[in-house]
Amino acid sequence: MTTDVPVLDDEIGVGDYQYGFHDPTDKYVFKSRRGLDRDIVHQISEMKNEPMWMREFRLEALDLFYSKPMPTWGGDMSELDFQNMFYFVKASQGQEKSWDDVPDDIRKTYDRLGIPEAEKKYLAGVKAQYESEVVYGSLQEDLAKQGVIFTDTDSAVRDYPDLVREYFGTVIPSADNKFAALNSAVWSGGSFIYVPKGVKIEFPLQAYFRINTQNMGQFERTLIIVDEGASVHYVEGCTAPTYSSDSLHSAVVEILVKRGGRCRYTTIQNWSNNVYNLVTKRAKAYGDSLMEWVDGNLGSKLTMKYPAIYLMEPGARGETLSIAFAGKGQHQDAGAKMVHCAPYTSSRVISKSISKDGGRAGYRGLVKATHDAHHCKSNVVCDALILDSHSRSDTYPYIEVNHDNLTIEHEASVSKIAEEQLLYLMSRGMSETEASAMIVTGFIEPLVKELPMEYAVEMNRLIELQMEGSVG
Amino acid sequence: MSSLLKITDLHVSVDEKPILKGVSLEIRQGEIHALMGPNGSGKSTLAYTLVGHPKYEVTSGSIEIDGVPLNDLDPCERARLGMFLAFQYPVTIPGVKVADFLRHAVTNIRNPARKEGESLIPMRDFRKELKDRMEELGMDVEFARRYLNEGFSGGEKKRMEILQLAMLQPKFAILDETDSGLDSDAVRVVSEGLRKLAGPQMGVLIITHHERLLEYNVPQFTHVILAGRIVETGDASLAHELHNHGYAAVRQRHPAEAAEEQEHQKVAPKVAAIAK
Repeated sequence: MTTDVPVLDDEIGVGDYQYGFHDPTDKYVFKSRRGLDRDIVHQISEMKNEPMWMREFRLEALDLFYSKPMPTWGGDMSELDFQNMFYFVKASQGQEKSWDDVPDDIRKTYDRLGIPEAEKKYLAGVKAQYESEVVYGSLQEDLAKQGVIFTDTDSAVRDYPDLVREYFGTVIPSADNKFAALNSAVWSGGSFIYVPKGVKIEFPLQAYFRINTQNMGQFERTLIIVDEGASVHYVEGCTAPTYSSDSLHSAVVEILVKRGGRCRYTTIQNWSNNVYNLVTKRAKAYGDSLMEWVDGNLGSKLTMKYPAIYLMEPGARGETLSIAFAGKGQHQDAGAKMVHCAPYTSSRVISKSISKDGGRAGYRGLVKATHDAHHCKSNVVCDALILDSHSRSDTYPYIEVNHDNLTIEHEASVSKIAEEQLLYLMSRGMSETEASAMIVTGFIEPLVKELPMEYAVEMNRLIELQMEGSVG
Repeated sequence: MSSLLKITDLHVSVDEKPILKGVSLEIRQGEIHALMGPNGSGKSTLAYTLVGHPKYEVTSGSIEIDGVPLNDLDPCERARLGMFLAFQYPVTIPGVKVADFLRHAVTNIRNPARKEGESLIPMRDFRKELKDRMEELGMDVEFARRYLNEGFSGGEKKRMEILQLAMLQPKFAILDETDSGLDSDAVRVVSEGLRKLAGPQMGVLIITHHERLLEYNVPQFTHVILAGRIVETGDASLAHELHNHGYAAVRQRHPAEAAEEQEHQKVAPKVAAIAK
């Protein structure tokens, strides 16, 4: 994305959420009735023409969903009404290979979000998911020739049944938690990526998730397999219209990084402030591989997301960089999990959270080592910046280690924007808003500089938008 | 026509404790004024008040630039009208590069009507200008890429203030003990830097304990402040006298203020420390 966002019309005021528009489209191919039951699950499975094993997988998961209680920790989900949601909305006939073939209203949405433009400039492949399914997909030809697979997960179940069946649900079983169970029952869309041995994909693959319907539930399911010595950078962005009632986004992302492989997964989550974002993300990293989560959470009403890395074999490294920004009415309960399952593994977590206008941002993290995981290293640094007295920051670091033969470092700091810093910048001609934005941008700079240029620009721009319209 | 900074009967309190008790001062563009006085007499209070520090409450009196009252303006608006303070203790802004900070500042000062988000001055011109100014002040150009004041030595911080002065070219510059805590080489560099910058377009108020800065920048006016009032005004020779003989003679000449000063330090040593 460039710094020039498509100029949007009068629905959007300065300082407002920029992507809050919705398409007038009512030409859905299929829209399930509200609510969730076995019939809905059957219906989804039928619409997708799935093999029997997947239908059974879904129905089992639905029972697990019913049997598990709602989590009592994290954020407030008391207003989340599962029976008021639409669980499956199909917006077009299928995945198109040209933007020209994508229905007009939908294509216009992506134009406004700047996706086709970004695709031309610096992406190796794109998936655009609108409501429940992927409406557009592309992959550079040379990558396809080298055996790279980048498709939506629905198609993958049909086209690569052996690969999918081998790994699907193995990193995050349906029984993992209530929302993983829900996703397993009603999942639709998401990306399936396979990078063959030794293939290094230079430019990012990007998926763009868009919710358009009110009370929509989006449940994409992503599975990424990075084979030995291969590498990939996958980026996802998310937006939704601003509605007065809530939507739900509950994804499951499973990743396997095999020996010597490398995977970076970058999220720039910018849902509107009526979306519950309850996502389970987990990677298994094998010998001498590197898994990185770069997790930017700017939008949503409530986000609960703790990307995990299981370090399975010696030499595996895991790294999570997390930025959470909570404004008015937002609660970002973000964090990271590092599980050292083998000796000589290392992990690093850097978390930066910012809260303002009564928002609440926190870090919830776990570092765990199994008892034979000796000679491991883990370093966790969390910094919080609170912009005013009615905002809040929490840090919940959990460490589960049963022996001494490893090094864990944890540092945490909480700071407020100092009056002296504001005065200094303002005395050089900066307005209060500009000065605050500059301090916040500086605060996250150590993380943003890790991003490719285009995303760094995007991240800074989103932070500036969050800062605008808040003062006075 | 040269601009005028006019301070009239200024009374200022910090945490409801009066610090300045009727300060009047006129500074024209092109003039150099020295402000001297013992610790706790209100020198820094005047500096912070002029740039609009929210902790310093003006209880009566006025500050004007060319007849425009500044009392109700925030620090940003004052800066855009040409006010500049070289801070005694410049703060660190982590993660913000010197060059990015200065590009924003320069854009705003040169284009006072600019709103947030409007474009900045062209990168190429700015870079060249910044490089030239840094070289003139004998600064390593590498500093432009460092985070603002992070890990800077005392001398580097002061030089950074002078660099900002050079880039922003304010109408009125207040230097709050810019020479304190520096070794003599650093004082020389800062003093020479200021001499190059101060000219017919800049009115300067130098707050100092020392004489060195004034050797390079000879003041036309020297003011002595005691217990929140300007008690004497003279020329450069007054600064010289104070430097050589201290404030004993001044206190003798102004027994009422000297008594007040003593009382003040007894009652509220903490406020005196803040004002210092």
